[in-house]
Amino acid sequence: MDAKSLLYTKSHEWIEPAGSKRKIGITDFAQGQLGDIVYVEFPKTPKTLAAGDEACVIESCKATASVYAPVAGTIVAVNSPLTTSPEKVNQSPLDEGWLFELELDPSADTSALLDLAAYEKFCKEEA
Amino acid sequence: MTTPNTLPNRAAATPIPYIESKLIFERSREGRRGASLPASRGKSALKRIPESMRRKKAAPLPEVSELDVTRHYTLLSQKNYSVDTVFYPLGSCTMKFNPRACEAAAAMPGFTGMHPYQQAEDAQGTLGVFFELQQTLADVTGLPEVTLTPVAGAQGEFCGVTIIHAWHKANKTGRHVILVPDSAHGTNPASAAMAGFDVRSVASTPEGLIDLEALKAALDNDVAALMLTNPNTCGLFERNIIEAAKIVHDAGALLYYDGANLNAIVGRARPGDMGFDVVHLNLHKSFSTPHGGGGPGAGPVAVREDLAPFLPRPRVVRDEKGLFCFDGTSPESVGRFHAFYGNAAVLIRAYAYIRIMGGAGLRDVATYSVLNANYLLARLKKSFDAPFAGPCKHEFILSLKKEARAKHIIALDISKRLLDFGIHPPTNYFPLLVPECLLIEPTETESKETLDRFVAVMEQIRHEIDTDPDALHNAPSNLPIRRADDVLAVKQLNLCYACE
Repeated sequence: MDAKSLLYTKSHEWIEPAGSKRKIGITDFAQGQLGDIVYVEFPKTPKTLAAGDEACVIESCKATASVYAPVAGTIVAVNSPLTTSPEKVNQSPLDEGWLFELELDPSADTSALLDLAAYEKFCKEEA
Repeated sequence: MTTPNTLPNRAAATPIPYIESKLIFERSREGRRGASLPASRGKSALKRIPESMRRKKAAPLPEVSELDVTRHYTLLSQKNYSVDTVFYPLGSCTMKFNPRACEAAAAMPGFTGMHPYQQAEDAQGTLGVFFELQQTLADVTGLPEVTLTPVAGAQGEFCGVTIIHAWHKANKTGRHVILVPDSAHGTNPASAAMAGFDVRSVASTPEGLIDLEALKAALDNDVAALMLTNPNTCGLFERNIIEAAKIVHDAGALLYYDGANLNAIVGRARPGDMGFDVVHLNLHKSFSTPHGGGGPGAGPVAVREDLAPFLPRPRVVRDEKGLFCFDGTSPESVGRFHAFYGNAAVLIRAYAYIRIMGGAGLRDVATYSVLNANYLLARLKKSFDAPFAGPCKHEFILSLKKEARAKHIIALDISKRLLDFGIHPPTNYFPLLVPECLLIEPTETESKETLDRFVAVMEQIRHEIDTDPDALHNAPSNLPIRRADDVLAVKQLNLCYACE
């Protein structure tokens, strides 16, 4: 994925910019903060979520972190190879390390999502 | 900054002598024995065991002498970093010295010879200790009704939130959410989830305290309780606690006190007086039981009067003749939390500790634990970033965020380097709201000399960050095992010795 084309949340998820089904993952900044990821816990699919609901859980040597749904929708697929090789989230957060695919709810509001420039600015301010 | 000249150089920083790292299996020599057993009675002993269930060859146990075994275990114990050997400032864990008199009390034959099924009239001494401990913990917490049976801090939490669950159920409130601050111990949301609650997090203010506005916004008709630690895991006293309690109660919820940090206030302030309804204590932390190896512990729970029917049973009461006995059942009780009466020896140690210290002694615990932490904070914040300026309570946070960005030195590197100087690392990466943090709790039992040495070591580490970062990246350099592979340990932990 091209980082420039993706949309972002302030809780450090990325989401594909277009389509009714979109892949979602965590950003390079987020994987760096978490450190070595040792476990990814997925929900049973399909699972319907409101924006901001917990979608899956990532565990690193340092901490356990929730990954949230950037917009409302239903999880229709998860990247199950991560169950055995969670380090892919560290190695390739935007490609092989994608987490789940969300079928957007018709009401899903993408207007609050950030573009790359706005997200990078947010990270800088937060750091 | 100047390099402290009171410390040995890097090569000489070894805290303990070189220790041989052979496994007991590697010491094994065929035919070597530590004890001579009576001659086997031959095949007759096997008669009753079906052929199919007998070993075809002997189990591959180490064949060693008694001296080998003694050295093996003694050397293992010497590798251990324990509070009996080194400074152990593990934040939120209260690794303080446990007086040996408490051990002696728990080892008294009158206690150790007691059978759990002994009749109450034959166990008056032991039951009397439990009864008085219940009363004393009621005094310490400011909440009148106590159960001693939970056997760990986390089980105390689970017990406490289960009581809250039962109370809401009995009152048909339909409330199903527990709030925890983002500085909470990880066990808080875990216990709440185990008891059947949904968990919501409440943000802290930039000063590290609970945000009253965020709290008000989070409270609705679904919220059953707020779980708080006070002082919190930033080492700060929640000074708005009275107001927070009022907000929580006005919204129809209960207030839960996590007693992990009681050491900072014991004898000086009481959770019950702050408005807490349910409290758990960690006797193994605050009241003198060696811990850190996974138990056994004790997590008594104290509640306000109207919650008493929900407490686990049995509890020790006095009958009309003045004899100690177990009380009967209560229809509202959440049931048993452990077989018999919990971890009796931990309870006896706590009782002995409280009697040895007395009221004035317990107040000194709080005073000196807070003084020691503030002394360290005042000195260390000259060399490291302290996100919360203080004064602190019994523990405080340093953050390596700047060093992580500028020099790629992370909190873990500091912790590993401390091992080289014979100091157990502080808590790492907790609380989660502060990046690259070290949570440091010196406790009241350490002397000024020990604290000064810790400061000197930390100042040397500060110097190394600026001049010799590899000393940190490669640490520990003086221990039998160097930097362990955390990822491998988490994913493929293998503790089995592979015999041929």
